[in-house]
Amino acid sequence: MSTAIFLVQVLNGLQLGVLLFLIAAGLTLVFGVMDFINLAHGVQYMLGAYLAVAFYGITGNFLAALVLALLAALAFGLVLEFVVFRHLYDRDHLDHVIATFGIILFLNHGVKVVWGAAPLSLPMPDMFSGSVALMEGLRYPVWRLVVIASGLMIAILLYGLVTHTRIGMLVRAGAANARMVSALGVDIRRLFMIVFGFGAMLAGFGGIMIAPILSVEPGMGDTVLILAFVVIVIGGVGSIRGAFVAALIIGLVDTLGRSFAVDILRLIMGPSPARTVGPAIASMLIYLLMALVLYVRPAGLFPAKGR
Amino acid sequence: MKTLGRTIAATAAFAIAMSAAQAQEKLKIGVVATLSGPPAVIGQQLRNGFNLAVKSLGGKLGGREADVIVADDELKPDVAVTKVKALIDRDRADFVIGPVFSNVLQAILKPVTDEKVFLISPNAGTSNFAGKECNPNFFVTSYQNDQNHEVLGKYAQDSGIKKAFIMAPNYQAGKDALAGFKRYFKGEILDEIYVPLGQLDYSAELSKIAVAKPDAIFVFIPGGMGVNFVKQFRQAGLADKIVFLSAFTVDESTLPAQQDAALGFFGGANWAPDLDNPQNKAFVAAYEKEYGAVPATYAFQAYDAALLIDSAVRQVKGNLTDKDVLRAAFKKADFQSLRGGFKFANNHYPIQDFYLVKVAKRPDGKYQTEIVKKVFENYTDPHAKDCPMK
Amino acid sequence: MAEAALATTFAGRSRKLLDRTLLPVLIFAAFAVIPLVAAATSEQYVLSLVTRVMIFAIAALALDLIVGYGGLVSFGHAAFIGLGAYAVGIPASHGVNDALISLPIAIAASMLFAVATGTVCVRTKGVYFIMITLAFGQMAFFTASSLAPYGGDDGLTVAARTTVAGFAFFDNERIFYYVVFAFLVGAFLFARTIVGSRFGRVVRGAKENQTRMEAIGFDVHRFQLAAYVISGGIAGVAGFLLANATKFVSPAYMSWQRSGELIVMVILGGLGTLYGAIIGTAAYLFLEEWLSGFTENWKVIFGPLLVLVVVFARGGLIGVASRIRSQIRRRLGGG
Repeated sequence: MSTAIFLVQVLNGLQLGVLLFLIAAGLTLVFGVMDFINLAHGVQYMLGAYLAVAFYGITGNFLAALVLALLAALAFGLVLEFVVFRHLYDRDHLDHVIATFGIILFLNHGVKVVWGAAPLSLPMPDMFSGSVALMEGLRYPVWRLVVIASGLMIAILLYGLVTHTRIGMLVRAGAANARMVSALGVDIRRLFMIVFGFGAMLAGFGGIMIAPILSVEPGMGDTVLILAFVVIVIGGVGSIRGAFVAALIIGLVDTLGRSFAVDILRLIMGPSPARTVGPAIASMLIYLLMALVLYVRPAGLFPAKGR
Repeated sequence: MKTLGRTIAATAAFAIAMSAAQAQEKLKIGVVATLSGPPAVIGQQLRNGFNLAVKSLGGKLGGREADVIVADDELKPDVAVTKVKALIDRDRADFVIGPVFSNVLQAILKPVTDEKVFLISPNAGTSNFAGKECNPNFFVTSYQNDQNHEVLGKYAQDSGIKKAFIMAPNYQAGKDALAGFKRYFKGEILDEIYVPLGQLDYSAELSKIAVAKPDAIFVFIPGGMGVNFVKQFRQAGLADKIVFLSAFTVDESTLPAQQDAALGFFGGANWAPDLDNPQNKAFVAAYEKEYGAVPATYAFQAYDAALLIDSAVRQVKGNLTDKDVLRAAFKKADFQSLRGGFKFANNHYPIQDFYLVKVAKRPDGKYQTEIVKKVFENYTDPHAKDCPMK
Repeated sequence: MAEAALATTFAGRSRKLLDRTLLPVLIFAAFAVIPLVAAATSEQYVLSLVTRVMIFAIAALALDLIVGYGGLVSFGHAAFIGLGAYAVGIPASHGVNDALISLPIAIAASMLFAVATGTVCVRTKGVYFIMITLAFGQMAFFTASSLAPYGGDDGLTVAARTTVAGFAFFDNERIFYYVVFAFLVGAFLFARTIVGSRFGRVVRGAKENQTRMEAIGFDVHRFQLAAYVISGGIAGVAGFLLANATKFVSPAYMSWQRSGELIVMVILGGLGTLYGAIIGTAAYLFLEEWLSGFTENWKVIFGPLLVLVVVFARGGLIGVASRIRSQIRRRLGGG
């Protein structure tokens, strides 16, 4: 286990964490403020990536594709809110689960109909397509650093928005007690719409940023969705701060676990069993972590007050 | 007396008409493939290849009009079993073609063959059905899973590569892949890694590869996983220093996404779009015209499956009732395969040539694999000797 | 005025009684008759399809027990199905393939897993319960995927269905169908008894107001755990039957997508009625089978259909049916 590999894995863990944060932020807000379980958040992430590929095909410019895709993702999120979710706010969580599950089916197959089943690719901007030498013989792709940086910037921006603006205050209040906020005369419907649209945009942004590294294919949002839910449960529903901390923890645990589980196990058991058991244990690590956190703190690490 | 005579004559005429009608009756072919989820592109290639063959034969196989019924197994073995039973029982399929994936094959082989219906696999070719569990009603037009990996193992050994780093997903096909490579490569294996199925981010593994400094890597990372790995490998700057050997990782189903990142990477296969014979050239041109994409092995193997059925049904003159006669016709494999020559081994898996292929960009901008050299000639898979069939 | 009120109450109660017995009887009668109808058409396929429906109905029933009555939404119930299936697969790979051995193992393994995971789960509620059950389901899935000697991710084929005390009863499709049918009826009656018992009333009371139940003096967590364990055991039986039906065992039986589908089946039919779960399962699987015959992109239609059901059909299919019925009654009876 050399320092070089360890450093790279820490960076990779941060990158995964930042990506998870982008998705979990919208998810935790929607859940916290609107008490709405949105399983369709994963397909919003996927849609962002597909829209970026489509706009890149038209414009040939990454930045243009990014902006257009973000706007389209926002529009799509708002449409979804207006057509489907609006009718379900006062319903049971289970109804949310089924409705958003239906949307997942629809979009996962819809993108297949529109764009085909083959994996697609989004080229990254030339400026960032190189790699930096971190250590002798070890190069790290610049784009991954860009992803980390943009994620951190968004986190700061969100923090600023939530703590220092009126809208942010309303969101925090809504997460604590939505009915009271409505009773105080705030147009809760508009607040919901803003929260939802913004969350959709964040998820889409995550999809766009990760598309140059990962392949764009139907169903790419499903694994990420589960991870995002683990993040908001550990972080505490409705809390941006919780989502940020939990996302980074999960990103690091998952990445470091996957890289070193086999090596650590090799010390205990032979190389061959370690090779088969290692990946299994590594996949389970974040769930074990979640079970542990829930055992000790059943409401998550930073629950929004009033829950 | 007269009425009896007339009845007998009528019955006889009826019987003759019925058997003639059977010969005239549509031939029903069930195609079971994975058509949903990320691997759908492979299932689509399989289905397209088969349909193209039927179309090129004028909608007929062996002189009988063919009715192709497609079923999606959703990569769920238990769903596949129900679908296959629907094809045989409800749709009265005469043959079943498929599947794409090994685990689905494990689930459907017995349900199909127990009903005396022939199962022809244009892709999955597991070792157990090539060896001890070989089945008289099961035929394969693709290959046995180990073979493609052995191609790279032999090439690595022969081309002087001393240190290799090998990687595959953590399931049976992955383990078979690395075992196949090691059967021929006798150099030093720096590390052997199994990644969880579906893993998309290879940053961890890539750092290990960079630090280990092998001469070459051998990977079996199919589908979307392969798209990601290839792109990330190139982004990490490793492509200039390490020879990239692979199986099923850079093929025409993933190249549209991998594009330039995969240029110059090696694969091993029993075919490539540029294989030089007239029927293959016609096939590739027709496929591209019809479907707008370069065909991969999945398509050509399904095409060959259709040709196989055509030849056999023609031999038995459309009469499928005697399964032993039909089986003999299948074993003869008297058709013009797209890969050139075609013969079955005793276990009903093909004896064929294998090539080292390399990714290239065509003048028209599309990507394909191209043959570099032949590595195995008339190669029977290693499990055939365990099969009790003759 | 009072007489009218009394009359409607009596009518209402007898109507409910009619619902509670008539509807299940109709459903079971339909299932019982199907093989006779199937013999006329494509028997193997129909039997295989409806057997699969009944097996998943057993699992959905088990889920309804804790979701519909207990208010505990388990997103990892597919794990129990998988455990039951592996209880057939693993002994079979060692040469032991008898129902008298595999079935008890299936039930025991599922219940043990339910006890172990349930003690952690019932301490949480709401979305946290959902997530923790999901986590445990995933752990079961990854463990099964890493069991290389038992097929790992590819799964395990079972050469033949389990024998019963040495006799190969299950090999006959029709007999197997009625065996599964018997299990379904049995599971339904068992669950019904539990729901109506004192134990069941505590669990249902906890769903409505946990604090109140605790105030009365019940150790709610203990009751919820027991309900969870029973539910797990029943789902394990479904897994045992599934392994027999397909002669195939795989980690895919335990994926979170399968758990999600199970939840959809229960809600589609209507929560909290038990027979609703059966109807929901039948509706889901038949619709899936029917639509996939049209186009390979049937999920593009199925998805929005689910959304519409949720938005407009509150209470699932049962809810819709009862609303239609009361509409008709209102039109005919004049109020």
